[in-house]
Amino acid sequence: MNTTDGVFRYDARAKATGRATYAADIKLTGMAHAVPVYTRFVRARGLRVEVEAAKAAPGVLAVLVAADVSGQVRYGQIEPDYPVLAQDLINFEGEVIALVVARTRAQALAAAALVVEEAEELPPLLDPESALAPAAPLLRLGKKDNIVNHGKMRRGDAEKALAGCELVLDERFSTQFIEHAYMEPEAAVAIPRPDGVMEIHGSMQHPFSTRRFVAAALGSLLAGVEVFNPPMGGGFGGKDDTAALVCARAALAARAVRRPVKLVYDREWSMRESYKRHPYKLHYRAGFGADGRFRAASIDMLCDSGAYTSVTPWVNWRSLVQCCGPYSVADVRTDVYAAATNNVFTGAMRGFGSPQVNFAVEQLMDMAAERLGLSPLEIRRINMLTQDGETITGQKLDGHVVSLGQVLDAIVRATDFERKFAASSRGAARDGTLYGIGLALSYRGASLGAEGADFCSSIVNCQADGSVILDAAIHENGQGAESVQMLVLAEELGIPLELIRRQRSSTSMIPDGGTTVATRGTIMGGGAVAVAARELKSLMARTLAPKLGVESDRVVFRSGRVGVEGGPGLSWEEAVAAMFAERIYPYAFGTFRAPKVSWDEETGQGDAYFTYVYSCQAAEVEVDAATGAVRLLAMTAAHDVGRAINRALTMGQAYGGMVQAAGMALFEDLAVKDGRVGNRNLDRYKIPRARDVPDLRCILVENADPSSPTGAKGIGEPAIELMAPAIANAVYNATGLRCRDLPIRIDPKELS
Amino acid sequence: MSGDDERFIMVNGIRRELTGAQAEGSLLEYLREELDLTGAKNGCGVGACGACTVLVDGQARRACITKMSSALGKEIVTIEGLEGPGGELHPLQQAFIESGAIQCGFCTPGMIMSSLALLGKEKRPSRERIRQAISGNLCRCTGYQQIVDAVELAARRMYPEA
Repeated sequence: MNTTDGVFRYDARAKATGRATYAADIKLTGMAHAVPVYTRFVRARGLRVEVEAAKAAPGVLAVLVAADVSGQVRYGQIEPDYPVLAQDLINFEGEVIALVVARTRAQALAAAALVVEEAEELPPLLDPESALAPAAPLLRLGKKDNIVNHGKMRRGDAEKALAGCELVLDERFSTQFIEHAYMEPEAAVAIPRPDGVMEIHGSMQHPFSTRRFVAAALGSLLAGVEVFNPPMGGGFGGKDDTAALVCARAALAARAVRRPVKLVYDREWSMRESYKRHPYKLHYRAGFGADGRFRAASIDMLCDSGAYTSVTPWVNWRSLVQCCGPYSVADVRTDVYAAATNNVFTGAMRGFGSPQVNFAVEQLMDMAAERLGLSPLEIRRINMLTQDGETITGQKLDGHVVSLGQVLDAIVRATDFERKFAASSRGAARDGTLYGIGLALSYRGASLGAEGADFCSSIVNCQADGSVILDAAIHENGQGAESVQMLVLAEELGIPLELIRRQRSSTSMIPDGGTTVATRGTIMGGGAVAVAARELKSLMARTLAPKLGVESDRVVFRSGRVGVEGGPGLSWEEAVAAMFAERIYPYAFGTFRAPKVSWDEETGQGDAYFTYVYSCQAAEVEVDAATGAVRLLAMTAAHDVGRAINRALTMGQAYGGMVQAAGMALFEDLAVKDGRVGNRNLDRYKIPRARDVPDLRCILVENADPSSPTGAKGIGEPAIELMAPAIANAVYNATGLRCRDLPIRIDPKELS
Repeated sequence: MSGDDERFIMVNGIRRELTGAQAEGSLLEYLREELDLTGAKNGCGVGACGACTVLVDGQARRACITKMSSALGKEIVTIEGLEGPGGELHPLQQAFIESGAIQCGFCTPGMIMSSLALLGKEKRPSRERIRQAISGNLCRCTGYQQIVDAVELAARRMYPEA
């Protein structure tokens, strides 16, 4: 069976028929409903919450405030600073000061209006520059400054090298707050089980991370919380901290009222409270030789971490690794700072610190090319990393195929780039419109890299009839991770998919395999399944070899048969039955441990990731000369994914990433003013609609990766990190106007 | 007929008599909370995302902003009404599955209902027409490419002669 043909999603039928049960669809006997009560302040201290009137309202079962939290009030993935219920301090407008639990949601909402909040209002800090000023008030509990993170890269002597460059571009760029806009707002159901375990069914990306948040809030053991993830309506990195606290609040409420509690967010609450993509301010001095060599870079970045830390240091870290794009640069000095403010906090979002730096670097490459009389293709070919080349972190790329040339060539061919680049308008309108094409190139470390311990496990459990129950510690985010795992298992064991069922897993059924983030679903989750399958095959071959009368290393698993090619063998079902007859379970636990990586915090040097995905994307635009409106004509992507295990879904990831990035480039702007999110629903926060985007193309380049058990790398995040600069370059080639700030806005007055 | 006699709606072919309380509020609340038809989703509550789209007398309507009072006596079709009695899939459902048009799936029921309304009026809509028809349905996962593919595929299967 060729698993790369066709489309396989074991959950597609449930989703197409409306039978898939998302967290908000769960209904249980005796279930109560909780709703959050938000602060009316942006920054305040001395918080006092009066709940007596709310408690007396019809149907109300409990009203909880921070003092009712039995465990830790504050928790976080890096810093324990994000309160499950606000305590004394208000740090942003998304603080939940109380939780009202009632028999019905309507009763809870009515009672929520009766909660009274008093506090001493303080002037908020609203931008990262002010937060880093010497006299700024300190926002972080127990810390002596507002610096959430400072990341460094020191490679060679950037200043000296810049002094010797023929061309030094000194440019500033900025990016905006971006809302994840997953279609499903946060939701959770918590069930206080008779065995003392708190059971959670929530819309969250990371069951194990959620379990840590819930256990912290309850003051419970990790083993005292069991988290299931029902189908999730999109995450894109955005369903961790806040989504986990929604689960924790449901758990606190369920414990208080001793019955199941459902907490479903509406869109306004979700957009008010949930973290966003970090807005960055980037200052680059990029030095080039007359030959087009990118020789040196001196870079300062400042981003807004908002009220809490979340994963800001990790996001910054990826910005560092990719700060010079996929190019070989000898001398680099980079400082990236993240500042605490009283804005909505920022955290993980698909791309994770790379879309911001790529927006700068990939425009700088085009700017330098133009100044030096080179084409966008020539300057990239001169500078891009090649086989065995050394990255700006000092890593030698010798463990896999470095395919930047392949993805670039694929885009050039697919788009007829050279002809269209020559035909771009460059400010000269024809029939009232301007045309332009642009592209961008990247390398992206797969999985966590030096951000964390990277390993994942899988369980393969054969049943007496030959059917197989599969589990793995990477969970479904909607991207098809679990279906990929089933395909990998079917291929490894040589059995039909029909024999495999993916276990409806929980945090109690398999060890913590890390979170489904960082483009690690396929490489780590699929990898773990491949390792477990190979463990099982080894066990079965050793056990059955005497029965077959052959050496165990000659036993292969293919086409539903276990045995020697052209020789003795058993059907898969017979082989499984024979294992049980030997009283040896056909069961395996396998772990994929990612190869070691390294990092020096002082120099920003090391083997940052064990492998990289190489990508190129191009955009074609038409700009209306009278209005400045930008219309997308075409978007094309080429990605070296290692190996596409589920081709249609791999393409689907690419398409979705391109369109999300187009949203960042042209449509989306979360209006955070005076510490308040202005556009709190999807009628005013504009994500791309079907009519806003053209037909898309995706070219999959497949150089199987030796460090990945399946050969596959990933696609989730590479897909989103390039289209914003590709569109910006296309807009420049159309109009002659360089867009340094996102979202791109063309003033028609400048077009004349 | 007048008064209480009109206190009913047809949902997926079944006549539903309504109590006074049920006749208030939104159609989405009624479908999800009273009938446990949870295929229609609440993504925004203001009619912006289309995840709650159902057919009302053959027209695609956003159930979250459709008042029950305006749906009285009318014929409602939800995603649950598309499956045949033996679980046979509607050609649109089959096409969404085969085209890779489903990722997180939260927008899928609404997308299918908007597409169904379109294919009720047009047998061979262009890709541009399809994009227009589903522009009230937001999707954050797919970039819409394979959804448009799916609607084209379903149209060819539903109307092979068109």
